[in-house]
Amino acid sequence: MLDVLIVGAGVTGCAVARELAKTKRTVKVVERASDVCEGTSKANSGIVHSGYDAKPGTMKAKMNLEGNRMMEQLSKDLDFPYKKNGSLILCFAEEDRPALQELLERGEKNGVEGLRIVEREELIQMEPALSDQVVAALYAPTGGIVCPFGLTIALAENAADNGVQFQFNTEVTKIEKAEDAQGTYYKVETSKGLEEARIVVNAAGVYADKLHNMVSNKKMEIIARKGEYMLMDKEVGGMVSRTLFQLPTKMGKGILVTPTVHGNLLTGPTATDVEDKEAVNTTQDGLGEVLAKAGLSVKQVPSRQVITSFSGLRAHEVGNDFIIGEAEDAKGFIDVAGIESPGLTSAPAIGVYVAELIQGIAPAEANPTFNGKRKGIPHMADATAEERAALIKEDPAYAQVVCRCELVTEGEIVNSIRRTLGATTLDGVKRRTRAGMGRCQAGFCSPKTVAILARELGKDEAEITKCGGDSIFLVGKDKENV
Amino acid sequence: MSEKNIDLVIIGGGPAGLAAASAAREAGLQDILILERDNKLGGILNQCIHNGFGLHTFKEELTGPEYAHRYIEKVLEQDIPYALNTMVVDISKDPNSDDKLVMAMNKEDGLFTVRAKAVVLAMGCRERSRGALNIPGYRPAGIYSAGTAQHYVNIEGRMPGKEVVILGSGDIGLIMARRMTLEGAKVKVVAELMPYSGGLKRNIVQCLDDFGIPLKLSHTVVDIKGKERVEGVTIAEVGPDRKPIPGTEEFYSCDTLLLSCGLIPENELSRQLGVQMNPVTSGPSVDERLQTNVPGVFACGNVLHVHDLVDYVSGEAAMAGKNAAAYIAGGCKNSSEAPEVEIKTEGGVRYSVPSTIHMEDMPDTLTVRFRVGDVYRDKNLVVYVDDTQLSKMPKRVMAPGEMEQVILVKKKLEEAGVTKGSKHSLRITIE
Amino acid sequence: MIKELTCIRCPIGCSLQVEMNGDEVVNVTGNNCPRGAEYARKELTAPSRIVTSTVRTIGGERDVVAVKTATDVPKGAMMDVIRALKEVEVQAPVHIGDVVLSDVAGTGVDIVATAENNRRG
Repeated sequence: MLDVLIVGAGVTGCAVARELAKTKRTVKVVERASDVCEGTSKANSGIVHSGYDAKPGTMKAKMNLEGNRMMEQLSKDLDFPYKKNGSLILCFAEEDRPALQELLERGEKNGVEGLRIVEREELIQMEPALSDQVVAALYAPTGGIVCPFGLTIALAENAADNGVQFQFNTEVTKIEKAEDAQGTYYKVETSKGLEEARIVVNAAGVYADKLHNMVSNKKMEIIARKGEYMLMDKEVGGMVSRTLFQLPTKMGKGILVTPTVHGNLLTGPTATDVEDKEAVNTTQDGLGEVLAKAGLSVKQVPSRQVITSFSGLRAHEVGNDFIIGEAEDAKGFIDVAGIESPGLTSAPAIGVYVAELIQGIAPAEANPTFNGKRKGIPHMADATAEERAALIKEDPAYAQVVCRCELVTEGEIVNSIRRTLGATTLDGVKRRTRAGMGRCQAGFCSPKTVAILARELGKDEAEITKCGGDSIFLVGKDKENV
Repeated sequence: MSEKNIDLVIIGGGPAGLAAASAAREAGLQDILILERDNKLGGILNQCIHNGFGLHTFKEELTGPEYAHRYIEKVLEQDIPYALNTMVVDISKDPNSDDKLVMAMNKEDGLFTVRAKAVVLAMGCRERSRGALNIPGYRPAGIYSAGTAQHYVNIEGRMPGKEVVILGSGDIGLIMARRMTLEGAKVKVVAELMPYSGGLKRNIVQCLDDFGIPLKLSHTVVDIKGKERVEGVTIAEVGPDRKPIPGTEEFYSCDTLLLSCGLIPENELSRQLGVQMNPVTSGPSVDERLQTNVPGVFACGNVLHVHDLVDYVSGEAAMAGKNAAAYIAGGCKNSSEAPEVEIKTEGGVRYSVPSTIHMEDMPDTLTVRFRVGDVYRDKNLVVYVDDTQLSKMPKRVMAPGEMEQVILVKKKLEEAGVTKGSKHSLRITIE
Repeated sequence: MIKELTCIRCPIGCSLQVEMNGDEVVNVTGNNCPRGAEYARKELTAPSRIVTSTVRTIGGERDVVAVKTATDVPKGAMMDVIRALKEVEVQAPVHIGDVVLSDVAGTGVDIVATAENNRRG
């Protein structure tokens, strides 16, 4: 019998897992996909929100603020890319100034530090690429950017290093409440067999309603709200240095233009509710909307520099707040649901909150061997000449470049495969090392990465997938069908 | 970190780098080093196993690996040093001299710097990716650039798919339509956004027509279906604005989408070095010696502008190598002087290589290569120096997929009044 | 009767106008070189192609080695050539010009290696 079963290895599931690793408990994370960070956590803006946006008193407001405050230290402890670059919420019309003022006040009420309204003259000094329509902006210096994969993977690795089990390719099909001498527990049927746990944490993203409704009569509904993005070449990554949000206008909710923590330029997201919770496709209309709206914030949208586009599904709950807590009619079943924006920012705080909640339900001793530090994969691209030389001296594979666009070496790729919760797929390697994330989008390096994966995992290249399931690259040998 | 001194460093051991190295040695230069990122010399030719190479250079029809082999043998005979599996990570100008500092790394030598008197840029190009094309839809496995598929089929003997749709009619895409068909795949259609093919006419005949593969001009992919592996794509006709026409969508079930939508010179290193770029070619702007704005830095092959024919790459690269050798020997006088001739391209001519000429260093004849922006029938290629017509050449057909050239004769330029120290514009246009 | 053809003998791809009298080629225009006329005559009477592919290699640095038909084969025999290659396995090392199969698919044409594949390790 597990003490805690966490369903979902997205950023919240992994944050909860890491917090629980600080106590003496048997904890297991089951994940439907073949890797951590395969759902909403992999396709979002990568923003550490300052916290001005959420309604005061909501869970969103509380978790956002706390998560924001935790992020910097966490990025040091867990060695993932984070930068406090500040955010600007752009106002495009004099008539919208009251809304800007309102946002400032809301932010102050939420406890966001350093907020102020900046006028055009100063703004242009701060961000010369701003469009002519911008009249003023709310400046939030505590806003930041983070690598969403880096954060999620770091949390998961650190949890695993401290004893949490992870099991992938495992989909929950049925949950039943059960009783024994010690009280309530849950029988969780999965595609890989039965799990039994005293406490179940429902961190299933867009499917959190499905899980919740298996055990509770108080029905929940999670709507998948699609956001489409475009990512641009590093050549234009320096076009803006802060994250540019748009104050909602009569045209609707705006989109952002931001540098990413790796130096690309990102713009998006749209917001469209979709029926199909697997519909992570981009659309002509969506991408068109992204480009058009980005043009409101910056003078020239470098549309010729687009290197990829993608879409993610927000787990939107109709009540418009995070739902974090024990289900009313299912003791020990803890929902962490409706984690849409600012979910990435909030995740570390949600982890702490949920761990405290569990401590209240079923207290456990502290884990004396817990080590909260984790060392990431060294990146040749970011290393100084001395660091590069040292890495190569230790392992010459760090001199063998595989992905030339992002300067990722064989050493890094092997590291990403051999480490805790190592990569087993091309996307897994990509998210851990950035191989294939660059301007050629894996054109040159994918055969090489596939070969390294096959060698390291003792498989044939034909068995290597992009992201698990049937996402194979090679369908057979030549002349088989002639 | 170790540092070595080498007169000439050639970045890239593909067809351009090999020809440049060989020509520099023939011009008498001893101290040369080729840096190649792959585990073999020959570059992309190694995977271009089809025939059609070498008719100009060797007067016979060779396959890619055979063509590469001839140059590799030559470089080996000439005993020119080269380093494989070696990636150049940075090039910069030495602030205290005219030297260039080339930082590279490989497993044997670790991270090292080469101090070079001259550098030939011969890094080649890459294929335009799906992202750059903005194709909406899912992002499953089964979407490859044509070159990646070519690697799998020709180098590994593996099939990246069974039922294929190809977007873009660039030469690699056309060649892969045939290769995939011969190896047992079904190629359903080739869609091309433009109203004309981006590839050579002969490839349409022998790679598509021979196998009954339809080519749909003015069509593009508007949706990709499949969550894990490609299950199909939707193709639609585009109007003159290149935007899809609603109602023309047609679904093709397939497990593979190959992209052959253009090549982009790989000039990240050139930019680091401060080389001035031509926005049309995405390659460096060069003068008659194929020298960039950075003295002692030359460019050739697909890093300079994308070629159709490797024979022309070899010729161009040999010139770059020879000129680099001359630069090192002190025979290049132009490095600091302003060019007498600026080449201007008009009337459908998109760019030219070179784009400037120093008369003192101009050879007796100079080949200027360029591409046109549309299909032109029964027109003339006309060259003017200022307002004087220098030459007029009738052309039955010119198309963007095929590189054109004019040959400038130094004597004729001089007769037209172009002398050292004067300023002229040379216009290439279509009439 | 006039037939239009694109010459494939070299990358220039000349547009050929071929004057036919029944099955006989009377005159060829549009070609830049004699190969164009030769191509037109052959293409309209007995079309042929050079076939390039790969064959499996045992013990080589790479699993396959590139090959071609030493000369052109009848266009209709292209797939027969490929099917014949399916059964071929060669032992590394393989060098450019090595004959890996004689008289492929009864065409009288040999298959020769077009790339080097040295012994592994």
